[in-house]
Amino acid sequence: MKLFDYARTSRVSDAVGLVAGHPGGAFIGGGTELTNLMKDGVLAPDLVVDVGALALADIGVRKGQLLIGATARMGDVAEHPVVRERFPVISEALLASASPQVRNRATIGGNLMQRTRCWYYRDVGSACNKREPGSGCPAIGGQNRWHAIHGGSDHCIAVHPSDLAVSLTALDATVLTLGPDGRRSIPIGDFYRLPGSTPDQETALRHGELITAVEIPESGPAAGSRYLKLRDRATFEFAVVSVAAALIQAGGVVTDVRLAFGGIATRPWRSAGAEEALRGHPLTQATIAAAGRALVDGAQPREHNAFKVELVQRALADILEDFGGRK
Amino acid sequence: MADSDALSTGERSRRNVLKAGAAVAVSGGVAPLALAHPAVAAESALPPPASTAEVTLRVNGVRRNVTVESRVTLLDALRERLGVTGPKKGCDRGECGACTVLVEGQRVKSCMTLAVMEDNRDITTVEGLARGDELHPVQAAFIQRDAFQCGFCTSGQIMSAVACIKEGHTGSHAEIRDWMSGNLCRCGCYPNIVEAVRDAAKGGKL
Ligand SMILES: Cc1cc2nc3c(=O)[nH]c(=O)nc-3n(C[C@H](O)[C@H](O)[C@H](O)COP(=O)(O)OP(=O)(O)OC[C@H]3O[C@@H](n4cnc5c(N)ncnc54)[C@H](O)[C@@H]3O)c2cc1C
Ligand code: FES
Ligand code: FES
Repeated sequence: MKLFDYARTSRVSDAVGLVAGHPGGAFIGGGTELTNLMKDGVLAPDLVVDVGALALADIGVRKGQLLIGATARMGDVAEHPVVRERFPVISEALLASASPQVRNRATIGGNLMQRTRCWYYRDVGSACNKREPGSGCPAIGGQNRWHAIHGGSDHCIAVHPSDLAVSLTALDATVLTLGPDGRRSIPIGDFYRLPGSTPDQETALRHGELITAVEIPESGPAAGSRYLKLRDRATFEFAVVSVAAALIQAGGVVTDVRLAFGGIATRPWRSAGAEEALRGHPLTQATIAAAGRALVDGAQPREHNAFKVELVQRALADILEDFGGRK
Repeated sequence: MADSDALSTGERSRRNVLKAGAAVAVSGGVAPLALAHPAVAAESALPPPASTAEVTLRVNGVRRNVTVESRVTLLDALRERLGVTGPKKGCDRGECGACTVLVEGQRVKSCMTLAVMEDNRDITTVEGLARGDELHPVQAAFIQRDAFQCGFCTSGQIMSAVACIKEGHTGSHAEIRDWMSGNLCRCGCYPNIVEAVRDAAKGGKL
């Protein structure tokens, strides 16, 4: 790990000012991601600003919006009664993430900013357009079992790993930030970028811009939402594929539905097509199959990950069964 | 427009809160949640960033002062600087749990936090569990159940188990397996570890 300066402050404006004023500056929340990346030489900040002492850890509902502070810990958010009861998909996604020790420390801001688990990105001996723009993407012709079937480009097919981000994508969350130019509210759909020809630019955040909170609207679908995560082992593993579903039915038909997917795309993947196939229809074998087909429409499987095309459709059918749908 | 409105309506506030990197606090209306006004935090002098720091760690009840580079993990500070070798370095990447310690009573992986981030906190390692010759109930249960072979993962397993039981995540074998999943055992002693955690949880006197 390269030597760096460390600072801790209880003032948000100081934290932002410090990082904004240093091209090589970075925030640190729980450190469960940044320490790994620094050890591996993937990131090498020369200034690390600890956000742990900022008063940004509140969780609560205000004006019909759930506000989760950026320094709230994954474990505390997962077990918060309001989150469990009115936004269960968030709680389920968090409890299916990492391990209890990691969740005790990892923050919501750090979780949203975690980097891909693509092994070529993590290995500084490999080329990687995300880590070293222009060096190439060995995943496209290499080992790509974990990689994306949606949202990839000729430059990058790395999957976004955050379960939390998938759940927030289903619930139309907004990321609140404070940067050197002031505050911004960024809809989560605009927060994560597709790789295109600039896979190194992963989010809409600018240098020195701090996530202060995420805001999630209360709704009927949110209250009945669910998360399903399929992994290579029962627990303590990243998703091979995952589904966040928020859905309500009235008079036997789906009246409101939001579906987001993890493990299959370069960013948390909302499928308007799958939602369209269900909205206004009853949950039947035929409509569920149609939603699955719409979900994988245009998918670009690679040598080792073609199984995800089938698996994610089955995961969708499985979770819709929980809402009373028949497979 | 009040800042809180700018936040809740999603409109972008163009107000400049920082001038040329210098810190200036934002003023604004009162909002029910502190996080609605992130820039209004307690006044504090900003200590200059530094590459080394003197850190106080209260390790198993004893105050220990140590000067460390910022990049030194809590695990390395404990093992290499303070001679506390109960926490083990397995993967150094958060994946195995061998380095698990309690910080302020909560289990964390000491390989993934920096010693400077833990200044003035209570750290409990496996060395701090026994009372003299009397083993902690979790330690006793691990011996009783033969819950290890090589023992490399054991101190981490025990620290994780102590927290797992306090958290109340021991209702069933499945729940124990899930909530102990951050600790790997290469010798595959999982069935006995689960039994040991179950026994210790039932014993109640932690
Ligand atoms: C073994 C292991 C297994 C895991 N499994 C899963 C899993 O199954 N699912 C899953 O979703 N995740 C998983 N994770 C990832 C884990 O969720 C992240 O490491 C964690 O959420 C990061 O949070 P942190 O606060 O520790 O971030 P840090 O390490 O402190 O920071 C991470 C990044 O975010 C930036 N950052 C931190 N806070 C802010 C902020 N407020 N504003 C702007 N930028 C900020 C930092 O500069 C850094 O770039 C796993 C991690 C480990 C180690
Ligand atoms: S050494 Fe810390 S988790 Fe493996
Ligand atoms: S006892 Fe050998 S690794 Fe667990």
